Amino acid sequence: MKTKVLLSVLLSVGALAQAETVTVYSARNEQLIKPLFDAYTRETGVQVRFVTGTEGALLARLKAEGANSPADMLLTVDAGNLWLAANQGVLKPVKSAVLESNIPAHLRDPNGEWFGLSVRARTMFYNKVRVQPASLSSYEDLADPKWKGRLCLRTSKKVYNQSLVAMLIAQHGEQKTEQIVRGWVANLATAPFSDDTAMLKAVAAGQCEVGIANTYYYGRMIAKEPNLPVGIFWANQKAGGVHVNVSGAGVTRHARNEKGAIRLIEWLSSNKAQNLYADKNMEYPANPKIKADSIVAGWGSFKPNLINVAKAGELQAQATKLMDRAGYK
Amino acid sequence: MKPLISRGALYVLPVALLTLIPLAVVLASFLQPQPEIWEHLAEFVLPEVLRNTLWLVLGVGAGVLLLGALLGWLTAVCEFPGRRFFAWALMLPLAMPAYVLAFVMVGLLDYTGPVQTFLRESFGEADWFPRIRSTGGVVLTLTLALYPYVYLMAREAFLSQGRRALEAAQTLGLTRRQAFWRVALPMARPWLAGGTMLALMETLADFGTVAIFNFDTFTTAIYKSWLALFNLPAAAQLASLLVLFVFVLAWLEAKSRGARRFHGKGGQGARIVLYGWPRWAAFGLCLTVLLVAFVIPALQLLQWGIKVWAEEVDARYWGFVWHSLLLALLAALFVAAGALLLTHFVRRFPDSVTQWLSRIAVLGYAVPGTVLAVGVFIPIAWLDDQLIAVVNALGGAETEVLKGTLAVMLLALAARFMAVGVQPVEAAMQRITRNQEDAARSLGVTGRALLWRLHLPMLRGGILSALLLVFVETMKEMPITLMTRPFGWDTLAVRIFEMTSEGMWEQAALPSLGIVLAGLVPVVILIRQTEK
Amino acid sequence: MALLEIDQLAVSYNGNPVVSGLALQLEEGEIGCLLGASGCGKTTVLRAVAGFEPVRGGTIRLAGATVGAPGRSVPPEQRRVGMVFQDYALFPHLDIAANVGFGLGKMNRAGRAERVRAMLALVGLEAMAQRYPHELSGGQQQRAALARALAPSPQLILLDEPFSNLDAELREKLAQDVRAILKAAGTTALLVTHDQHEAFAMADRVGVMHAGQIRQWSTPYDLYHRPMDRFVADFIGEGAWLAAEVNEAGEVTTELGVLNGIRCAEDATTRQLDVLIRPDDLVHDDTSPQKARVLARAFRGAEFLYTLALPSGQRLLSLVASHHNHRVGEEIGIRLETDHLISFSRQ
Repeated sequence: MKTKVLLSVLLSVGALAQAETVTVYSARNEQLIKPLFDAYTRETGVQVRFVTGTEGALLARLKAEGANSPADMLLTVDAGNLWLAANQGVLKPVKSAVLESNIPAHLRDPNGEWFGLSVRARTMFYNKVRVQPASLSSYEDLADPKWKGRLCLRTSKKVYNQSLVAMLIAQHGEQKTEQIVRGWVANLATAPFSDDTAMLKAVAAGQCEVGIANTYYYGRMIAKEPNLPVGIFWANQKAGGVHVNVSGAGVTRHARNEKGAIRLIEWLSSNKAQNLYADKNMEYPANPKIKADSIVAGWGSFKPNLINVAKAGELQAQATKLMDRAGYK
Repeated sequence: MKPLISRGALYVLPVALLTLIPLAVVLASFLQPQPEIWEHLAEFVLPEVLRNTLWLVLGVGAGVLLLGALLGWLTAVCEFPGRRFFAWALMLPLAMPAYVLAFVMVGLLDYTGPVQTFLRESFGEADWFPRIRSTGGVVLTLTLALYPYVYLMAREAFLSQGRRALEAAQTLGLTRRQAFWRVALPMARPWLAGGTMLALMETLADFGTVAIFNFDTFTTAIYKSWLALFNLPAAAQLASLLVLFVFVLAWLEAKSRGARRFHGKGGQGARIVLYGWPRWAAFGLCLTVLLVAFVIPALQLLQWGIKVWAEEVDARYWGFVWHSLLLALLAALFVAAGALLLTHFVRRFPDSVTQWLSRIAVLGYAVPGTVLAVGVFIPIAWLDDQLIAVVNALGGAETEVLKGTLAVMLLALAARFMAVGVQPVEAAMQRITRNQEDAARSLGVTGRALLWRLHLPMLRGGILSALLLVFVETMKEMPITLMTRPFGWDTLAVRIFEMTSEGMWEQAALPSLGIVLAGLVPVVILIRQTEK
Repeated sequence: MALLEIDQLAVSYNGNPVVSGLALQLEEGEIGCLLGASGCGKTTVLRAVAGFEPVRGGTIRLAGATVGAPGRSVPPEQRRVGMVFQDYALFPHLDIAANVGFGLGKMNRAGRAERVRAMLALVGLEAMAQRYPHELSGGQQQRAALARALAPSPQLILLDEPFSNLDAELREKLAQDVRAILKAAGTTALLVTHDQHEAFAMADRVGVMHAGQIRQWSTPYDLYHRPMDRFVADFIGEGAWLAAEVNEAGEVTTELGVLNGIRCAEDATTRQLDVLIRPDDLVHDDTSPQKARVLARAFRGAEFLYTLALPSGQRLLSLVASHHNHRVGEEIGIRLETDHLISFSRQ
């Protein structure tokens, strides 16, 4: 018996379950997607087989597997990664009236190769004791010398910041953006942090006074310690809007079960799934008809930046080089 | 004229290919020159990362050597309170993933951590407190995480020859201290060098730990080129340079070791009983290292683990544990077998082709995990394409034959951890004298029989160390497990990845504890063996 | 037919010739010995016979079959040659019985156990069968190594400095023991040593080696009494050279008078000779008119070895029973009592 189990794992079992199966490669974590897939299976009887991994590795894997990839669908985080997947030719354009009506145009690929499923806002957070929200305005303003020694940032190696800077390049051009980034670096209170949570804690502890982070990190932190003196500020409400990014999905070029993959993405964009998808991680639903979770909604509404998020991917390498030049670690 | 391939090389080749093929894939990146990226890297990235990497290598190299050799000496040769306990307990940090230690260190000692917060609340300010997110902090953390490699090997060396050598040197008029520096330490050199080499290879390939400190090294530059500049060839080119560097390092070590032999003769002298302040200094040092490198992070994990126990633990956890154990056990056996064969054939066929091939076979450990994972996956996917074509021509409709099987995982893990297996086995091989082999030969025991009847039993200690190290390393390993595991076949390390990649460290505590606990078993077994 | 025949053997080590033009023959059941200072190449010869070193020139034949020649080498394991190493090279992970049984792979279990028992009995280690090598004394380890080498009934056994790790007292006794064991087993053996007492105690035939060559291959008695050249004469035993001349009558005359004895190894054409006077050739005789002065003396228990000076200043050695206790500076009577004359043309 044990040898049989071992043998079947050592050598491919081959035979899949009889029921229809959709195979997903996911860079979104297991704990965020498994409840959704379980719900989908309960509702439709379709099995969802998935494997998680890092974005880069999953993409390299899809490319290496080529026509013999078992994957039908790629689920990943950040528009940069979605753009790259499309650019590397591992995704397939999809025409779906459902998706086009559920997902706003700036949150999906113009060619229909991928679709945003949740929105994450990257905005400003401040120490309530030391900073008046009225003194805050925009990402660009954080480069002003008045913030010298008061700013905290996460590392430039995180894709969220690469996307943010890419969007600034899209708006202001490379030269002006480089000045902004140099201004940030000059204003830093301490070396960049490895993650948003550590950065937010530094704001709370008063090591610095203002920083940039994704809202769900703030949500998680506040859920545990409601009394932390950190406030949320919607950046660039007068011009440009808050930088938003997406997690999203696309159908793989060599999908065996293309229809099944499309149906799954459509379902994920639907009323039933959107809250489950976004709320689990305190994100915003991509489908504008769906309301955000009550805690998330409690942070107030904001004007997002409406430039297509694909731009973030297109300009990511440029943004990274720019940050290297500006000495943003 | 040297032949291109020798008989020994032919035997070594199957093991070496495990690493050679992925390395060739990585090296093939030079077929696509990336001048534009290189220009950018050379101007804005490389100067700093090279400086950082150099400091890291020097710092961690010196740190693990000093700490590992000192602790190994104390527990193997001296007698002081708690010696028997520390002998095995000091091996425990091996089971603590370096990135977990790093997270706990930063969490405790950074500005927002409890230590500085307490100092600020008590004294108003704590600006004098050294910054943990600094070169020194990274070096300290990696030293504490990686010293067990040196400790394990140094201890074995000192146990087998330390006391006798010390006594011999003392009869020649050396003081104990002189004897330690001039005899015991040089005699243990292959073991110390082997352990340090492992620690340095892991340091160079490390991404998780330095990422927590936001400390830019050569490896972070590799990841940046790949994931931020979308340039996998440039990343692979950088990785090749890293491999080259390690290769040169290993070559220099071997060359400087030269024709010296380190066959120690067994035999036990009396333990040195420490009196006075050295007695308590030894105790204090062992205790401090154990506390900082293991107990404190373990307690932190425990505290988090208890907090998230109810929401995290379900029946699936047993599956993760079972998968981790099974994978680690199979990988340990597979790699140890490979290491034994490699070492055996190198000894039997000491020609230069065989030697070089065997040195290349261990370089996978110096390649950043994800890069190696890609290097392994590309040829496997290619091979799978050929197999799938055959299977499907016979009426199948498969998309994977090899991919997503445990066999492939084992091949990939072997490519990564061969160095970890080879080092202790090779060090043990140093103890088998040529005369012992010649004696076996003159008694008609040669070839395969030599492997079974002489090498295997005499290398038992080394093989056991190899099993332990690979077992624990596999439990902690992420990139290859992530990339090659079968569908639904998650391990504890995969759980840690799922949680930590979203910054959910508290939820990652349970699988981390699982790894630590599972790592204890082989540590205890190993110590039982060496304590005899 | 000789069991071991070595002819014109040449062996190199790291490209340097270590042995050249070496020849020897060993009959079945004989014990041979290569005697020489360290670095003379004797161990290299042994390793070449065992098959561990390649032969660069000449041949090594075992029982008539060529086992080593340039480009042709029977592997060690097929030569049926046992070897006892200087450091014994016992396997630390096996007990003594398992060490001895190591080379008996082809035997069945019962046969092997019987053979191991027999070998341990032969070397007197029956009680040590279950012990591990490090639990044995040096001499016991040595005998265990011998038993291990003898167990597979090799046609030839090689011993590399077999007693060098043992203390002097043990050495002589063990040398006799080992000889007895080898003779009892009827095994042909070749050993190498730098110690002539060991060589004489063990071997039927001894070869004096120098600079990669055998200068003389003969019985210990002949080596001592009939050395074939000055090197061997100097190397073996003690003595002093005394100037001599051959007179009209063909007698050998020296300042101590005419020497009697069998003359050997001398060039008949020359009249100027050097004669080797062994310490036992010079007898102390109080009645003798010939006097010599004591320059130094070494107490050897039963005997004194006196260093004496003749009136001419010529120095000689004399072995004298130790009850003849003479002080340094004293004049004592001496007399030559030669049996074999070892003389070479004066240089």
